Amino acid sequence: MPKLTVDGIAVEVPPNATILQAAEQAGVEIPRFCYHERLSIAGNCRMCLVDVEKSPKPVASCAMPAAEGMVVHTRSDRANKARAGVMEFLLINHPLDCPICDQGGECDLQDQAMAYGADRGRFHENKRAVKDKDLGPLVATTMTRCIHCTRCVRFATEVAGVPELGAVARGENMEITNYLGQMLSSELSGNVVDLCPVGALTNKPYAFGGRPWELRKTESIDVMDAVGTNIRVDAREQRVMRVLPRIHEDVNEEWLADKSRQACDGLSNQRLDRPYVRKNGKLTEATWQEAFAAVTAKVRGLPGAKVAAIAGDLCDAESMFALKELMTALGSTNIDCRQDGAALDARNRASYIFNTSIAGIEQADAILIIGSNPRTEAPILNARIRKRYLKGGLQVGVIGPQVDLTYKAKNLGNDAGIVSQIASGSHEFANVLKNAKKPMLIVGQGALARADGAQILAAAKQIADSCGLIKDGWNGFNVLHTAAARVGGLDLGFVPGNGGKDVRGILDGASKGEIEVVYLLGADEIDSAKLGKAFVIYQGHHGDRGAHRADVILPGAAYTEKDGLYVNTEGRVQAALRAVFPPGDAREDWTIIRALSESLGKALPFDNLAQLRARLRDAAPTFATVDKVQPAAWGAFGTAGQVNATPFEYPVKNYYMTDPISRASRTMARCTEAFVMGGAQKTGTDG
Amino acid sequence: MSARELAKDQPASFAFNAEYLERAKKVIAKYPAGRQASAVIPLLDFAQRQEGWVTRPAIEAIAKMLDMAAIRVLEVATFYTMFNLAPVGKTHIQVCTSLSCAVRGAGDVLKTCKDKLGIDAGDVTADKAFSLIEVECSGACVNAPVVQIGDDYYEDVDPASMAKLIDAFKRGETPKYGSMIGRDGSAPAGEPITLTEDPTKPIPKQDLAAAKAAFEKAKAEAAAKAAAPKA
Amino acid sequence: MLADKDRIFTNLYGRHDWRLKGARARGDWDGTKELMLMGADWIIDEMKRSGLRGRGGAGFPTGLKWSFMPKQESDRPHYLVVNADEGEPGTCKDRDMLRYDPHKLIEGCLLASFAMKAHACYIYIRGEFYNEASNLQVAIDEAYEAGLIGDNACGSGWKFDLYLHRGAGAYICGEETALIESLEGKKGQPRLKPPFPAGVGLYGCPTTVNNVESIAVAPTILRRGASWFAGIGRPNNTGTKVFCISGNVNKPCNVEDSMGIPLKELIEKHAGGVRGGWDNLQGIIPGGASVPILPKSICDTVLMDFDSLRDVKSGLGTAAVMVMDKSQDVVACISRLSDFYKHESCGQCTPCREGCGWLARVMRRMVKGDATLEEIDTLEQVTYQIEGHTICALGDAAAWPVQGLIRHFRPELERRIRDYRDAKVRNRAA
Repeated sequence: MPKLTVDGIAVEVPPNATILQAAEQAGVEIPRFCYHERLSIAGNCRMCLVDVEKSPKPVASCAMPAAEGMVVHTRSDRANKARAGVMEFLLINHPLDCPICDQGGECDLQDQAMAYGADRGRFHENKRAVKDKDLGPLVATTMTRCIHCTRCVRFATEVAGVPELGAVARGENMEITNYLGQMLSSELSGNVVDLCPVGALTNKPYAFGGRPWELRKTESIDVMDAVGTNIRVDAREQRVMRVLPRIHEDVNEEWLADKSRQACDGLSNQRLDRPYVRKNGKLTEATWQEAFAAVTAKVRGLPGAKVAAIAGDLCDAESMFALKELMTALGSTNIDCRQDGAALDARNRASYIFNTSIAGIEQADAILIIGSNPRTEAPILNARIRKRYLKGGLQVGVIGPQVDLTYKAKNLGNDAGIVSQIASGSHEFANVLKNAKKPMLIVGQGALARADGAQILAAAKQIADSCGLIKDGWNGFNVLHTAAARVGGLDLGFVPGNGGKDVRGILDGASKGEIEVVYLLGADEIDSAKLGKAFVIYQGHHGDRGAHRADVILPGAAYTEKDGLYVNTEGRVQAALRAVFPPGDAREDWTIIRALSESLGKALPFDNLAQLRARLRDAAPTFATVDKVQPAAWGAFGTAGQVNATPFEYPVKNYYMTDPISRASRTMARCTEAFVMGGAQKTGTDG
Repeated sequence: MSARELAKDQPASFAFNAEYLERAKKVIAKYPAGRQASAVIPLLDFAQRQEGWVTRPAIEAIAKMLDMAAIRVLEVATFYTMFNLAPVGKTHIQVCTSLSCAVRGAGDVLKTCKDKLGIDAGDVTADKAFSLIEVECSGACVNAPVVQIGDDYYEDVDPASMAKLIDAFKRGETPKYGSMIGRDGSAPAGEPITLTEDPTKPIPKQDLAAAKAAFEKAKAEAAAKAAAPKA
Repeated sequence: MLADKDRIFTNLYGRHDWRLKGARARGDWDGTKELMLMGADWIIDEMKRSGLRGRGGAGFPTGLKWSFMPKQESDRPHYLVVNADEGEPGTCKDRDMLRYDPHKLIEGCLLASFAMKAHACYIYIRGEFYNEASNLQVAIDEAYEAGLIGDNACGSGWKFDLYLHRGAGAYICGEETALIESLEGKKGQPRLKPPFPAGVGLYGCPTTVNNVESIAVAPTILRRGASWFAGIGRPNNTGTKVFCISGNVNKPCNVEDSMGIPLKELIEKHAGGVRGGWDNLQGIIPGGASVPILPKSICDTVLMDFDSLRDVKSGLGTAAVMVMDKSQDVVACISRLSDFYKHESCGQCTPCREGCGWLARVMRRMVKGDATLEEIDTLEQVTYQIEGHTICALGDAAAWPVQGLIRHFRPELERRIRDYRDAKVRNRAA
């Protein structure tokens, strides 16, 4: 543990720490552009030069290991001069376009020029101009502003695993570029905008949308997948302008997936902003009283067995809980939160969560992926696997269609039968798992949402038991969810009660006329053709598939418009906060259910969110602990039986459109065109 | 130096011919297993020799051969100035105008080239027979001015000899490279001053046995000194 | 003047057979096995005692550099990499060794590799040296054929492989870590140090990078003895050195002479003197483009070695003497060098990437005098803003020539600025 002093402050730092890290420990901030703690060290910007006694030259503190007895000065004359010199060099070819630059107000160069820049320029030559690049619909480029820190290149190569950015030519002609007109084909591409210390790479859909100081910032949780990425929602008045990541080391570190960042324009399109009631076959605008009256007229007096409810993928726990309570009050046990019909077993928590935890992936040395493409289902989690892969010594096997996961993975074949073979030990990958110190498996919804999902779950459990995935302090059994609502729904028991029907049963019953009322709480991913003649209540925020089939529409709130709890795939309970109000007459979802319950004469016993949450905690104790993951006890689950030797299909067909919000997003439509329909190869001029 | 970028018009495809494919395999074998990326410069050079310049399909084919990302190969192709990113003339003339050549009249030599060929530096003649560029130090400074044509260095060039060289190339000849004034390599012109003695005369050699003994003795003394307790 | 019997490069001018037969006749590959049998420690000790300082420009003691390599082989192989990426303007000495004395280099590679426990050596030669590379490859093939290198080099039992690698046009690859990057198939961008190549070099393995001349003189030093080499030149600046004398001299040439030879003697004896006589001398860059220019007054007496030239705020560098007589526009000469550094900057570090372009542009205006007097100070300050602030020494090399110009020729810069201004005023009046 070397001891050194930084600006007179003595610090003891871990071996291999750099001077810059030592300075951080001493509370001394050193300016930097190229250095980023989650990327490899480049040492090229030279802004972090410090003065080290006995060193003939200033040293780059980001790269120099802290050594015993070093005496570091970060504010000495020599250090200041070096820094001011670098700043001048960075500015000579940087355009004076701050007034029209989207980075303005949150620009590292601007901030540090205030601290180290001169008050006038001495450069009388022409400034450099650089051609812009087309990185696709998400990242706008103004390459003349680029200071060549190479953060974006390192991010694409290291974290995103798509080596498509580079720095071509040399000297002052060096240019950061994509490969000859190919767009940046990563689900994490938006992060280069956050990493860019200047306005060279900016948020394209947000271009000229606002200044940072005009925005109201709300810390919240993302719902576009089941990762539970920590986000900051930036809003102006009642409009969400942009979404940025927040740091959470155990979840998303500081990354944000593109859909989570850029689908937010979908929050302003196709919104349900007032209730509707179907009259003479046509949805007609209505008041809340009329809508409730229509529901009450249909439901009151109906036997519970004829009523059913399905919860969708974006629901907060509170609204699901309220709906479950209402259904119980109506005498119905026909409730299900598994829209896709996945064979998830709500009785055993360990059977449906990502037990290893996302951070735990970094300890694994072998991973079996069954019917899941984590790159599209959970890009942030996939990046964690890549991070582990880059450290070396990781073996990955995949059962499912061949895809590029951004790391080396052995495709074992696309045949569910291989799961049984590994379970029985007859497949070679069983030995890979057995020989690993910390093996894990990830079973995806592509495997569980099949007719034989319960059997695959059982086979996966058998693999976990027989290949040493379950041991002291290590649980290598993981389910990767695609829906933000799913684990919460399972935790609070939004599954069929005694004699109740599951999603398949409900749809079956509805087509046969046995079920007369179906309550869709944001459920858009079901086959609505199967709803038959049932009376459909749709509560949600977008005029998507569910609303089209509805007889009554109750306009709810999107995730940015309500306080709500979400449980991510790890079983981590996290609280989202309201950033803006729901549009028009739309209301926060639990309040709609509470009001409807009164209209139905079954008033629910809570009048505010705190009371609801207290009741929720009583019913489902896992909600008592926010942000901490409680290890789940291992036990019996799954249904033994024959697995069909048929291919898997991954649940996410188009990463950019998976839910009502992203389907309403123009930006996501552009991404679909560019990246899914094959436009990425074109050297388009669009955007 | 202008920004280096690939020519707009690109051929549809690229494949090494049998000879270069064979040579490429040999080059790749020079480097340890898994380090095949080391061969990227030689392979780009082969592609340039085969095609005359480095094409986009060549970059992509080489990336595939070496298991590299195409952008990494593009970085290399644009970083090193010997790679022609656009077609050059059959006779590619590179005039060194760096300091040692400049002070001995490289400017005049360059002017001769421009005048004789009717093109500017950086251009290709209309018949694609010649192209002309200025280059940084060629590393033959005591034989300045130096002009590289193809792979060969023509040294001690002046406007008159440059004109003759161009004429010869125009006739399809390949004049003998080296000094245009008949010097032996980098020797001073005229009568030799040094290296006049017979180079095969035996060299006085040290007595290795004595050297070994002295070395061992010194080593032992140092060891003894290190082992001795400090006073 | 050094006697022929003390010259190492006896075929510097290519007047004799450069192939194995001729090389052997000139004493190469004589008793190589016996030298190896003396042991790695002895070789390194002998190199240290010879006082040889690296011939690539920095002048770091070669034996000491070799001793930084790990003493024991591990699972990471050791590498010797020979820097034949000669490209410093004014410098063309390695070229002669590569084409006319390749066996000295190959034998040196074997001995140095053996001393550093390296079983493989790469020679990185600049791409433009096509014919030189061809000769060297022929010589390597001959050496393999004769069993001098290969699985049992010289019958010593030491396995040694030697590979030639051609570059493709980048001065920066002469910087050792940029060379390693280039050899790995990347852009030649220098690496951060630490870690140093002796710990983490080529392919992440212990590596030593040496200049061609440093390696090529090693066999003769070992054969004739460290004391022979150390007896030539001056203390701390020992041995013989190949000088390149270019520019405005009557007979430009390469010549091997002793370190510490007076600059004036070097030029007058070997290069036929300055064109128009010594008094027609304007200035000399004594060690390749990177070192500051010296005015005639210093050239009159200065000695050609590391320490003497450092004492006059210049450097020996690669011992490439570039002579400018009074007919030359000295500002244009330095401006030409600024263009060179702008062209050759790798672009990685801010001060060099941005600063070299700035220097070059201001220097071009200085040639005409299209500047203000204050801009001379700005120019000088910019050089100090680059110097010492970059990963590698290219930034320093770009700064020094301009600093040298301002130090010794400031009145000339001022005169041009005034003349230009006056002419402008006159034109306006007319």
